[in-house]
Amino acid sequence: MKVLVAVKRVVDYNVKVRPNGDGSDVEIANAKMSMNPFDEIAVEEAVRMKEAGTATEAVAISLGEAACQDVVRTALAMGMDRGVLVETDERLEPLTVAKLLAAIVKREQFDLVILGKQAIDDDSNQTGQMLAALLGWPQGTFASHVAVDDDRVQVTRETDTGSQTLSFQLPGVVTSDLRLNEPRYVKLPNIMKAKKKPLEKITPMELDVDISTHLAIIAVAEPTQRSGGIKVADAKELVEKLRNEARVI
Amino acid sequence: MTVLVIAEHNNSELHAATLAAITAATQISDAVNLLIAGNDCSSVAKAAARVQGVSRVLLADAPAYEHQLAENVAPLVVRLAEGHTHLLMPATANGKNLMPRVAALLDVAQLSDIIAIKSTDCFLRPIYAGNVIATVQSKDSLKVVTVRATAFEPANAEGGNAAIDQVETSEDLGLCQWVRDDVTESTRPDLTQAEVVVSGGRGLGSAENFQLLEALADKLGAAIGASRAAVDAGFVSNDLQVGQTGKVVAPKLYIAVGISGAIQHLAGMKESKVIVAVNKDEDAPIFQIADYGIVGDLFDILPALSAELDRSVNRP
Repeated sequence: MKVLVAVKRVVDYNVKVRPNGDGSDVEIANAKMSMNPFDEIAVEEAVRMKEAGTATEAVAISLGEAACQDVVRTALAMGMDRGVLVETDERLEPLTVAKLLAAIVKREQFDLVILGKQAIDDDSNQTGQMLAALLGWPQGTFASHVAVDDDRVQVTRETDTGSQTLSFQLPGVVTSDLRLNEPRYVKLPNIMKAKKKPLEKITPMELDVDISTHLAIIAVAEPTQRSGGIKVADAKELVEKLRNEARVI
Repeated sequence: MTVLVIAEHNNSELHAATLAAITAATQISDAVNLLIAGNDCSSVAKAAARVQGVSRVLLADAPAYEHQLAENVAPLVVRLAEGHTHLLMPATANGKNLMPRVAALLDVAQLSDIIAIKSTDCFLRPIYAGNVIATVQSKDSLKVVTVRATAFEPANAEGGNAAIDQVETSEDLGLCQWVRDDVTESTRPDLTQAEVVVSGGRGLGSAENFQLLEALADKLGAAIGASRAAVDAGFVSNDLQVGQTGKVVAPKLYIAVGISGAIQHLAGMKESKVIVAVNKDEDAPIFQIADYGIVGDLFDILPALSAELDRSVNRP
């Protein structure tokens, strides 16, 4: 089984992002960048499949500007076999990313694609589902458990009321949720080794995919801020305030 | 312009998040169709027909739609898309699973989790865990949108009188097989609908200690929620998670216990009407947005709160 994992370079989750001066976009010029946390979970799952012998090859792919190869290298250091960078300076929307991934999947005949369920920058939660649609494949989204048995995969998914278990024949798409696994820390020797692993660069044009945008970001702004309230001394005062001042109990 | 809303339901009841999506739809157009795709779900269609603002109910009642599998429902929605300018669904787990598949099949972009409608093609949505609100315009002729339910008032569930039209259904495509649902049993109100939510974080320390929240929640008729840290630590199941990657709630009263207030958690609860924070760290960021804060040991404060509420119930 050949596994592809998509990894996105995003502003680190500890950075508080703000609009830029003219409110046309966010200000992230010097922000610390990291691999999207859900994608780390997706990489970890693929590496474990490799280690368990269910995956024969595990490939990491990122899409975007040249610096995105950093997160591909991180994935290689975690244990992925090789990397692909689809390089462009254009802003890529989830639908475009799905189209580019579909082109790669068709070129290389992957059996399973694992993606993070959501990127923590645009919070779209779309790409995996869109990729499954474009390929006509089944989708196991928001996965908390994945079990591969020959050419079938059983996926337990997080739902609003608990969990749901699905089973489908490969090829298919899985998107990772928080509880799927705990990603490993990358060890220094593996970072060195990762530098020697192959990383192919390709452009959207070479994949014959139209990357024009469907959405325009008109403006970005800070949300209305909530101001802090007061500290109360004890439970008695709190209940009194909730009852007589806020009138919510 | 006609909007098609795809209903969130469980084959017996219409989920309240659908009512919020209907309100969003009525802000776009007076012509709002509501699709009920499910199995043995005629009772949902009858309830849907009574919702104010719904012009027509489309009922797709077939075994293939029983478990809301995106593989089966997406082609149905694509087939019904013609004649509509907007496809809306609440941003529930089902909505998030289904709508991107629909959008890709139609070769249009999706706008996720919108919180306001500026015009028929321009929407507001939070990005970066709600640190920034983006105004996004769609250039597609058909807009596929998921709606944050807490950002729109629910439509009135009674007073409407829409016609119910059966639509053509399909067989199970066989791409994906449902195995089972494991539903978390709870006698408490739905987390996303509750008027009071009591949430616990890493400060609770263990799954056992989460029981301490139960007593308080019992007294308030509250739902129980959790921070991502508490879910990661294995204290509670993921369906209780409130935040950027979990559920978004906006109750009348939100009590955060042992939650430091990471931006990712605030993203899921900062629209609550009144926020209470209990934390031993007086510098915890949660206090910056809390209306009422108590600095102290939650293991002392929780029992005291429960006792105090008992007293207030008995007040003259």
